[in-house]
Formats: sequence, C-alpha cells, structure tokens
Amino acid sequence: MNERSRPERLDVDALLRDPANRIVVCCGSGGVGKTTTAAALGLRAAHRGRRTVVLTIDPARRLAQALGLAELDNKPGRVELDPSVPGELYAMMLDMRRTFDDMVLTHAGRERARQILDNPFYRTVSTSFSGTQEYMAMEKLGQLAAEGSWDLIIVDTPPSRSALDFLDAPQRLSTILDGRLIRMLASPARAGGKGLRKLVGAGFGVFARTVSTIVGHQLLSDAAAFVQAFDSTFGGFRERAEHTYRMLRSQGTRFLVVATPEADALREASYFVERLSSEGMPLSGLVVNRTHPVLADLPAARAVAAAEELEEAGGSPLAASVLRLHADRVAVAEREKRLLARFTRAHPEVGLVGVPALPGDVHDLDGLDEVGTRLAG
Amino acid sequence: MSSGWDRQLDRARLHFVSGKGGAGKTTAAASLALALATGGRRVLLVEVEGRQGLAQLFDTPPLEYAERRLAAAPGGGEVRALAVEAEAALLEYLAMYYNLGFAGRTLRRMGAIEFATTLAPGLRDVLFTGKIKECVRRTDSHGRHSYDAVVVDAPPTGRIVRFLDVTRAMADLARTGPIHGQSEDVVGLLHSADTVVHLVTLPEQLPVRETLETVEELDAAALRPGAVLLNRVRPPRLATRSVTAAADGRVDANRIRSGLESAGLDWNDEVLDGLVAETVEHATRASAELAARERLHDTDLAALDLPEYVDGIDVAALYEMAEKLVAHGVGGQG
Repeated sequence: MNERSRPERLDVDALLRDPANRIVVCCGSGGVGKTTTAAALGLRAAHRGRRTVVLTIDPARRLAQALGLAELDNKPGRVELDPSVPGELYAMMLDMRRTFDDMVLTHAGRERARQILDNPFYRTVSTSFSGTQEYMAMEKLGQLAAEGSWDLIIVDTPPSRSALDFLDAPQRLSTILDGRLIRMLASPARAGGKGLRKLVGAGFGVFARTVSTIVGHQLLSDAAAFVQAFDSTFGGFRERAEHTYRMLRSQGTRFLVVATPEADALREASYFVERLSSEGMPLSGLVVNRTHPVLADLPAARAVAAAEELEEAGGSPLAASVLRLHADRVAVAEREKRLLARFTRAHPEVGLVGVPALPGDVHDLDGLDEVGTRLAG
Repeated sequence: MSSGWDRQLDRARLHFVSGKGGAGKTTAAASLALALATGGRRVLLVEVEGRQGLAQLFDTPPLEYAERRLAAAPGGGEVRALAVEAEAALLEYLAMYYNLGFAGRTLRRMGAIEFATTLAPGLRDVLFTGKIKECVRRTDSHGRHSYDAVVVDAPPTGRIVRFLDVTRAMADLARTGPIHGQSEDVVGLLHSADTVVHLVTLPEQLPVRETLETVEELDAAALRPGAVLLNRVRPPRLATRSVTAAADGRVDANRIRSGLESAGLDWNDEVLDGLVAETVEHATRASAELAARERLHDTDLAALDLPEYVDGIDVAALYEMAEKLVAHGVGGQG
C-alpha cells in the first residue's frame, strides 16, 4: 500500500468515549460479524464508564448466552460484569412480533388493538413480511432512545442480504401499506378515490382484477381493514418510518460499516458508504473483521524456497511445514491488503480499522473483550 | 458414516444449493453445474435472488429472464443460465392462463406485481419454484427432458426451508386460480427423489454445526438433504499428529530455529516468535476443522471438499473446482 492509499485509522475508543455520541448503528451485509462487533463495542463502552445497551437482532446461540439473552423478553437485561467496571452493559434481542404487538397495545385503545391483533393479515405482516424486522428494529431503537436513560445505544442491524435493506425496507413497507391503494382495491366502488381512478383510467380495472385474482379477495379485505385500523391509530406507516429516519439523521447518531476482507462484503460496504453520504447520515468508519496480518517478517518467496530445500534434504519437517504455512498466510494477507486498498482508493475519506481474526469462535465475555482490544487497535 | 457422491444423488435432476451467507454458495452452485454437465450433458443454472452473482462469476453480461448459454463443459456439455424474477414469472403465468397480452405492461407500470408479491410474501417463492418446476419437467419434441439437471443458486440456510415450503405459502393466496393449480405439482417434485438440497459450508465448527441443524430442518420438512460441500479448504500444512499439541501452544521453537539455520535463512527472535504464533493460529484452525469433519463423519451425508483460492475465483478456478467434484463422483464419471 502506498502513502496515498493509506486510510486514516478509525479511532473506536474516541467514538465510544465522546458523550455527544448517543447511538451507534452497525451496518453491513450478512455474515460479516456485525453482532459480535456490536457486542464488543458495548462491552468496551461499559469499560469506559458509559451506561450502554446493545440491541441485537439475531445473535448466534452461544453469544446470546454469554450476554444473558437466553430468555427472550424483548427488554434490555443487565449483563453481569466485574464490579471494577465503571459503566454498565445491558443487552437485548429484538423480538419482532412482540415489538409490533406492544406498539399496537400501547398506542391503540383496547377495542382497536384487538381489531388489529386479530386481523389475519396482521399475522402475516408481523411475522413474515420482508421489511418488518427492519421496521421494528427502528421502532425499538426509537423506544430505547426515548427512555433517555442510556448514555449509548449500540444497534446491530438485521441479517439481510444487502446492507441497504436497513434503510430501504421500512420505506418499501410503508409505500405498500400506505392505505389508499389497498382500500381502493378492497372496495373500489366505495373508496373515495374518484380522482385517482380517473387518473389511472381503464388500467385500474385490470390492476384490481389481477391483484384480486392472485391474492384472493379475502386477503385484500383483511389488508384493507388492517390498514384502516392502523392508520387511525398511528397516522400511517409512512409517517412513522419518516420519524425514525429523522432520528438516524439527528445529532448523536453515528454509523459504522462492518465488512470482512472479501470482495462481496467490501462491495456492499461501498454501496452503503455512498448511500449514507447521499442521505447526510454521519459515517464514523469501516470495521474490517477477520483480517489475517502477517506476524513474522519473512518474504513468502524465501520461505517457500527454504521449505523446498528442507523437504529435499529430508530433515526438519516441522520447520518446512511452518515455512509453508507462513507463505500461505502472506498470500492471504496480501490479497486482503489489495482489497482494502481498492476500497480506500474509492473512499479515501473513510477511516478504517482491521480486526485480526481470532482463531476460534467468540462466545464469552473474554472473547468479546479480546475483540474489543483488537477493534481499538 | 459419511460417504461420497452416491448413485442416489446422481439420480436427482433438481439440485438446490443453499448454505451460510459468505460460504461461497454461488461459486459452489456454478461448479456443481459444470461438473454435472461434464461428459456432454445439458444443465440449467438458475439464480433466484437477483444479485447477478453468476454473471459476475462468469464475467458475462447480466442474466435475464430467458435461458441462454453460459459456459461449455468438458466433453461437449453445456451449462445454460436463467435469472428468475418474480415479476416476469407472474406475467408469464397470467399470459398463459388469462390471455392478458397488452395488460402486462400496464400491470408492470402500475406496480401491481410488486404490490401483490408484497401483500402475500409467499407468492414470490411460489413463483420461483413454479418456474423451476417448469424447467425441470420440460421436454423436447422427442419427449426427452430439455435439461439433464437443473441447479439452483438458492436462498441461504436461514430461509431455504421456508422457500421450499410451497404448501405453507399457498395458504396466503387465493384458493383458486392458475398458481394454485400448479402448486400441487411443485410440491410433488420438491419432495420426490428427483430433488436434493446441497449445503455449502466452511470447514469450521460453528458453520458445520449450523449446517447440521439445517439438515434436521430439511428432514423435518420431508425434504432431501444432498451433499455437504466444504468450501475454502486450505491445505493442511502440519502433520495431523502435531496439530493438537500446536493448537495448545506447544510448538518446538528450537526445532524451527535449527531448520531455518540449516536452510540458510537469517532469523531473529522476532521472526521466530512470529512464526510460532502463526503456527499456533494455523493449528487452532486445523484442529477445529478436524473436529468439524468428525461431526460430519458421524452423519450419513456425502461430504465433498472444495479448495480455497487465495487470489479469488475466476472462470478457470470454477472449471478446476468442477473437476474436483467430478473426481468425487459427481455426474457418475469419476
């Protein structure tokens, strides 16, 4: 890597220490270690005296156990830390369905809440709609922020295939559920959409017939009833989604993009960085998990030549093996450096930190502590 | 006790390739398609998530909702490719059953299809599997199957069982209509001996454990697990007997030092310490790999290795991986 492509180093500790930072959102594509990063950041923040809560979405089972998340109660639970730790750590795992139920129960009167919860379409929306998880993660984040008792909230984002889904899914969901269209489809004769129908003309008949043929009239009327009840309680999905976006753009929110040194993950990270900048959302930097830096300063070519020599001579099989595995490691490290240099050429302003891979899985607080140390560099 | 690629797997004509995100699902699906096409067969490779991963892998223009030749396989075989989109598949259905003709454009413009697939999330999956079934069952004018095999780059392990659970998805939809009419046939195919679900994973403990959990889910859903494809297998550098000791941190630095000396390498304590640390990390990973393999060995699943390509995967690497799969017995040529 030459000087010009060397990025600024992301200073994780400065990010965690600054009292102005109230929310840290960890984004990235699936399988890059977002949850582990979020948990390690939370622990490190607690060590720096902050009262921290980590909102995880789908932690691996043993990591969940380490954080005391064995029971799902959709509320932050306190993680037992050494008494010498000056701050506090709470963790919770998002229960999508329950967050949705709670939201309805809190805001709708009892009668209306029943109507919503009993609607068959509500069950589909609250369990298997793509986008609901993202929507509910935002909702929960909003609730935690409103509690006002947290110094720092660290959010892990849902394991969608694209990092952008976190920003797009709630919007997509609200477009579909934004009332008017569904109501028109359910009873085109009654809904007062004359203007709209005139506008779309004959095409609307085809549209309505097709949708109704495919999904069935029952589903459409359930959906319409749901949307009606929802609208009158919440002022619509769209407003609510927009509200959470405002929060993400507010002072005190910081984004971290998480990736691994793989072409796909870094491509996703690139998209996300561009998107954040066009949305005016503050990016703190890129965390590159599972890097493999070279630990012994010995050129690969010389290691291989020496290994061949030893193998030919027939002695020192251990040394020959060690030289070979060192050469393998240099090759991996070189590729990772090339990929990161390419990212930095495209985004020279984005600071990054590499987190060397731990040899085993991270599934306890000591492991998270070690990840935290590596994150801080 | 695990085995290689057997006759039963070879009899399957529909191969779903699923796996943990980031384990190399698309790469494995592509090399499996090449392997199955080896020796003169025709194979269709299907992409369902619209990521254009196959086009990137083969360095070709983006795939469309139209089958086209993607690559030649050794021995006169051919791999063709198709990107299934929910929207196009739905229009195809509608055109077939309702003679909608011009209306397709209107529907697309008005977003009717996105609307319908959002309202009924199961609809997308039903459309995908419906189209795949059509490709598997299609015959030419002589009554022979158009494709000897169909390989699908399927959704990841977290979603695969739901993706293939057509019966559940149909519960959301209209009780009548063309899609419903097709679904029984799709269910029949997916649960028949013609269909297998392969799982791509990494030779590490957690990924292998998750893979075995998915196998249980598949079993419970009466879907047939196929082979486990262990991807990114690195060459074992240490003798198996020294792995355990080295993973515990017991590496004989003196022996390494005397080896370096006899090979005429300059060394200092820092280099030596670094080499020892690298060896311990390598051994830790290798020992986790051995444990993971043992767990796989206790099952009756076929387990096939695919090597790691440090410089990334290009077309040449795909053909090499296909060759390895053929050597494992894929396509009955090995």
